[in-house]
Amino acid sequence: MDTFLLSRIQFAANISFHILFPTITIALGWVLLFFKLRFNATRDPAWMAAYMFWVKVFALSFALGVVSGITMSFQFGTNWPGFMEKVGNVAGPLLAYEVLTAFFLEAAFLGIMLFGASRVAPWVHTTATFLVALGTTMSAFWIIVLNSWMHTPAGYELREGVVHATDWFAIVFNPSMPYRLVHMLLASGLTVAFLIAGISALRHLWGERSDEMRKSLRFGVTLGALLIPIQIFAGDMHGLNTLEHQPQKVAAMEGNWETGPRVPLLLFALPDEEARENRFEIGIPAMASVILKHDPDGVVPGLNDFVAADGTVMHPPVAPVFWSFRVMVGAGFAMLALSWAGVVLMRRRGVDGLPRLYLGALAGATFIGWIATLAGWYTTEIGRQPWLVQGVLTTREAVAAVPSGMVLSTLVGYLVIYGALILAYMITITTLAGKAAKGQPLPAHRPQLSPAE
Amino acid sequence: MIYDNLPLIFAALMGLSILIYVILDGFDLGVGLLFPFANAGQRDQMVASIGPFWDANETWLVLAVGILLVAFPAAHGAILTALYLPVFIMLIGLILRGVAFEFRTKAPKAQKPLWDSAFFAGSLLASASQGFMLGIYILGLNFTAWHIGFALLIGALLTIAYSFIGAVWLIGKSEGALLARAITWARGGIWGAVLGLGAVSLATPFVSERIADKWLAWPQAAYLAPLPIASAALMAVIYLSLRRLCVAPDAHSHWTPFFATSALFALGFGGMAYSFYPYIVPEKLTIDQAASAPESLIIILWGVAIVLPIIIAYSALSYVIFRGKSRGLRYD
Ligand code: HDD
Ligand code: HEM
Ligand code: HEM
Repeated sequence: MDTFLLSRIQFAANISFHILFPTITIALGWVLLFFKLRFNATRDPAWMAAYMFWVKVFALSFALGVVSGITMSFQFGTNWPGFMEKVGNVAGPLLAYEVLTAFFLEAAFLGIMLFGASRVAPWVHTTATFLVALGTTMSAFWIIVLNSWMHTPAGYELREGVVHATDWFAIVFNPSMPYRLVHMLLASGLTVAFLIAGISALRHLWGERSDEMRKSLRFGVTLGALLIPIQIFAGDMHGLNTLEHQPQKVAAMEGNWETGPRVPLLLFALPDEEARENRFEIGIPAMASVILKHDPDGVVPGLNDFVAADGTVMHPPVAPVFWSFRVMVGAGFAMLALSWAGVVLMRRRGVDGLPRLYLGALAGATFIGWIATLAGWYTTEIGRQPWLVQGVLTTREAVAAVPSGMVLSTLVGYLVIYGALILAYMITITTLAGKAAKGQPLPAHRPQLSPAE
Repeated sequence: MIYDNLPLIFAALMGLSILIYVILDGFDLGVGLLFPFANAGQRDQMVASIGPFWDANETWLVLAVGILLVAFPAAHGAILTALYLPVFIMLIGLILRGVAFEFRTKAPKAQKPLWDSAFFAGSLLASASQGFMLGIYILGLNFTAWHIGFALLIGALLTIAYSFIGAVWLIGKSEGALLARAITWARGGIWGAVLGLGAVSLATPFVSERIADKWLAWPQAAYLAPLPIASAALMAVIYLSLRRLCVAPDAHSHWTPFFATSALFALGFGGMAYSFYPYIVPEKLTIDQAASAPESLIIILWGVAIVLPIIIAYSALSYVIFRGKSRGLRYD
């Protein structure tokens, strides 16, 4: 395999590993703040207990997010030096602002949030929790600005082949940024909602009947049920925006080869790039035209428009984009079914009366947010290929001339470590749930004291 | 005026964040390096002493690489592709120790020794590879056998220097049996710190005639003389205060060795910065040649000017909140 392909796989592995943890911490920070404020308002120890349980998951996820993020910040230099040389004048300040306004904020106040409760006044601790949540959200904001700019670049000019910034407002508020940011923040909220619901369901199944478990379960399911319709709507808007700016990506998502009206919505197909057609197609007639153009006769772009006269293909690989998109949307509808069923069941029977089958399904869906998020990013990022910065820089131009053996050996190293860490992470969270399920009932008068383990 | 000096300003900012990183992450990497010499109870105390700080400490590395990335993109690519493998090893080390920190208390009990070893191994990989990279960088990013040999030596010496600053940090943070251990560790490690500083100072003039001239030509040599003299004085202060602490642990300030060591690191770093200026890739690329477009740097400079003082203030606040001898780490 050549350096180029290996570097791509390595980058994809690193960023996929990294994004798993910010996806959790971005929303979990706000959830913790919510638990804390509920406790401050009601003095109900169950809220504090919920805070104490989930703050551990937060600390663990944060550590994994930080160390994998440090890896990310070296990736640009080690594997993609062409990226900074060409677009550094735009990417640089955005990354610098992320470090200055987000990373330091969250890192410094994290210590106070985690270990400072007994050393500072309660309001200082609540403020620290707020600042950490704000910091993670700011990180997401800056990195999404950069990523969106790479998809829909604006506010720049080329001088001697190098990108120079001309309008920072246009760069930050580039056309796809608002959609992508909203969709990502909601994705984070959903990932956390199902994580909380799933782990609480597990504790329920293991026999725990504490107020804390009931509150967490109810909270997770309700949050999921609230966010998922918004997410589906936001996703639709995001797709329409992409149709405007990156039609080749939407063509690949739909698996549509020929531009034309009455394009079907494909539920299943095996896109074949050699033959430039789909095999085993099953679809709903004209539905893609309806979704994308709100009109059955709406004309939807096809992939064949993105082949140059000399045969150079300027559209992304079809099958991975097509399938990632379906995995994401499928996960979204699974979330819809699970969370709404949960809301109805809880109304009828209360948390204690939830059927085991439903609890099992929730527990099984603990990490469904991760699947949807990764699938969504694969759709977006693979859908941008062969461009790294749409219309400005191709991915191949940016790659470093490092010997392929070196890239391969480090790639294997990363994959081994990542595999082991994901496993350890899941085992540890389950262990924490097990400890909680076996734990003593809470004393009624004061929050449970618990050391940092 | 600011416009013309932007590359210099950013080089100074990058130098500052590397220095802060080396001191701050130096002590928490050092604490990890000392793990094999401590028993289970002491390990918990040692981790507690760095718990609230390590994440913010590592952020200085992100800032340093970030400045290299944004202000000197050409140098960033050249340095990091040349150091591909050691960077990888450092990252693996930082990953291992960062996660071991959390896992050792949260994973099933039986796994704790495993994560303790990961904490040590990660600290070792990170320290040694940083030293190795420093060595290769000093010698101009070449990879002949003797360059690699020298870099390996610097790797070993920086590791000892980190464990030394880790030990003097623990002197400030611990009590009782661990305090006594930390004093012993520090007395054992001081030689490594001295040798490391010596090796780097002696090697740099050999790298190029330019650097040798900068240090040895008259009258510069006279202006620079305070640097080695102050370093020697600091070493004496550290040595003596450790000896006094050893005799009477409670009769002297527990923080003198740490602050003196930090000052020593700063002097050594300043000397190196002086040697290499104005190059950012030694003998190949100067800071002016490598700098990004001024419009972009100005945008960043504004942010830095406003935000950096705030960052320093709230980082200091965190050290104040967690001042004094460390207690167990608790989430409540
Ligand atoms: C919990 C996670 C999650 C869920 C349930 C969904 N998505 Fe999503 N989706 C993401 C998480 C995500 C993401 C990871 O956050 C992406 C990748 C980049 C981005 O901005 O959001 C994404 C990208 C993404 C894109 C590609 C944007 C581009 O072209 O750059 C589209 C069109 C959609 N989504 C549409 C949808 C639709 C119609 C959904 C309906 C069920 C949906 N998403 C559910
Ligand atoms: C967070 C979730 C993200 C995921 C899961 C993700 C995933 C991916 C994947 C799978 C590719 C490979 C596409 C291909 O080569 O076919 C890719 C490419 C790339 N992405 Fe992302 N990406 C994410 C976010 C970002 C962000 C925020 C940035 C930049 C700020 C970014 C920059 C890049 C770059 C530079 C490449 C080119 C390297 C390559 O092709 O592998 N990505 N990404
Ligand atoms: C190429 C892309 C990326 C780079 C270079 C990068 C870099 C980093 C670094 C260096 C850290 C550690 C900060 C610290 O020391 O505290 C970090 C953490 C973080 N990153 Fe990324 N990151 C990237 C992609 C993303 C994406 C796509 C997101 C989310 C949308 C994201 C969100 C976060 C968040 C919230 C944190 C805080 C730590 C945590 O919660 O895990 N990053 N990132």
